[in-house]
Amino acid sequence: MRNVSTIYQREIKSYFYSPIAYVVISVFLIASGFFFAGNLQFWQEASLKGSLDSIQFFLLLLTPVITMKLFADETKSGTIETLMTSPVTDFDVVFGKFLAALSLYVVMILPTWIFVIFLTIFGNPDFGPIFSSYIGLVLMGSLFVSVGLLISSFTRNQVVAAVIGIVSLIILWVIGFLSSYGDGWFYETLRYAGTFDHWESFTKGIVDTRDVIYYLSFTALLLFITVRNVESRKWR
Amino acid sequence: MINVKNLTKRYVNINAVDNITFNVEENETVGLLGPNGAGKTTTMRILTCFMPATAGTATVAGFDVFTDSLNVRQQIGYLPENVPLYLDMRVNEYLMFRAKLKNIPRRERRKKIDYCLDLTGIRDVQNQITGTLSKGYKQRVGLADTLIHDPKILILDEPTIGLDPNQIMQIRQVIRGLGEKHTVLLSTHILPEVEMICDRIMIIDKGKIVAMDTPANLMKQLKSSSNVILEIKGDGGKIKSSLSGIDSVRSVTWKEKEDANEFYVEGSGEDDIREDIFNCIVKDNYILREMKRQPITLEEVFHQITTKETEEVSDNA
Repeated sequence: MRNVSTIYQREIKSYFYSPIAYVVISVFLIASGFFFAGNLQFWQEASLKGSLDSIQFFLLLLTPVITMKLFADETKSGTIETLMTSPVTDFDVVFGKFLAALSLYVVMILPTWIFVIFLTIFGNPDFGPIFSSYIGLVLMGSLFVSVGLLISSFTRNQVVAAVIGIVSLIILWVIGFLSSYGDGWFYETLRYAGTFDHWESFTKGIVDTRDVIYYLSFTALLLFITVRNVESRKWR
Repeated sequence: MINVKNLTKRYVNINAVDNITFNVEENETVGLLGPNGAGKTTTMRILTCFMPATAGTATVAGFDVFTDSLNVRQQIGYLPENVPLYLDMRVNEYLMFRAKLKNIPRRERRKKIDYCLDLTGIRDVQNQITGTLSKGYKQRVGLADTLIHDPKILILDEPTIGLDPNQIMQIRQVIRGLGEKHTVLLSTHILPEVEMICDRIMIIDKGKIVAMDTPANLMKQLKSSSNVILEIKGDGGKIKSSLSGIDSVRSVTWKEKEDANEFYVEGSGEDDIREDIFNCIVKDNYILREMKRQPITLEEVFHQITTKETEEVSDNA
């Protein structure tokens, strides 16, 4: 666990040494602020209704930018060699990087609480759905980050990692919609695999263990595959 | 300290390392020599647990590189080729990160870092960002990192590549100093370097060990090609024909030099041809100004050994 924290600290520092963190956070906050204002005007209601969907969409586009460098950069610069020949396990490295990216993600969404403050000043929002939505956002973040991390471990090119990451997340988002085209186990599976359905119940104020388990187990699976993929240099 | 037995690493269509066996004793400095693509880096990567072998076994400090990899990694300091560093960190910060990763207790970290900063001469740049350092300084930061946890075994992949002559001298001195208390395996293709710092040399080519001995012995083995350089006054053409007349001489080449001629005489056998040449010159009354045996350099040893291998291979084909 000490190694996880060492790796975590380095990754966090590295985010703030490079402009990536600042750029991503600024873009996200500007975009979500703009859409918050728009939604508020449209719905005339003291809730995050609508704003959350746009926030989710921007996260889908920006999270892969956070995760793109995690492994791609190490592979490209060769630091993977010094890192992996130190007495650390592959899991330490993967998990440390995962936590660092997830932390940046949380830092990115925290300032959106200012929207909630506005709502309480000028209205009387229902806090239930707001809290549950943020729980949902963090759970969704862990899934998004682990998708990005896995993809970063496949390539040495950061741009490729980001683009494929965004495409994957969009696919993960839309396969849920396909389920409305039919019935049966196939469409049922699609509906379960897509993130949208699980996310929706959080916005309604429902924290369902099935959804929590969906996000956590999916994240665990992806992290497991990442560890295997990092290990795979050993049997290739 | 390092025991390698029948080690093979196979890539899709070639054997990068082909059934090699060798040992490195404690506190010995062994130079791994070979042309590009000979399998030096692959061998080192296997020993440092970066990649496993296809077949064979390797133990480092008594631990198997495959089954006991974490223990092995705790015992070695590895400097990869091209010295990868995190270019956004300061030197101090980088070494602190590496010290933590290498499980150095909190209290000792600062002391060890200071020690390594002095040893590699980078105290002046300790607060600089590694990305802004010159190649030589980066190399030293890398070296400081390999030494930080005081490993028993150092594995250095081309530690002096890309440095200026002064830096090369300094790094060599550091390595030679370390060689007294550490087991060192280093790769290079600069021959005077191994000659100077290594107790033993291992030449590998196409994944196979083609020679392994002390530098002195390796050169002795090849003394056989007895070539002599002469400086003689007189008519070059005539002298050449009389020198060529000697039985033990295989070939003679010459060129004019100010007021004399320089001859390069290649002997045909293993015997010393200097006496024959002397007799010939005395007989024909030439003025001999200089006669010296051409010293065999490791370059030649290397060239002979690696090209001999190629000839054999092409004969088989």
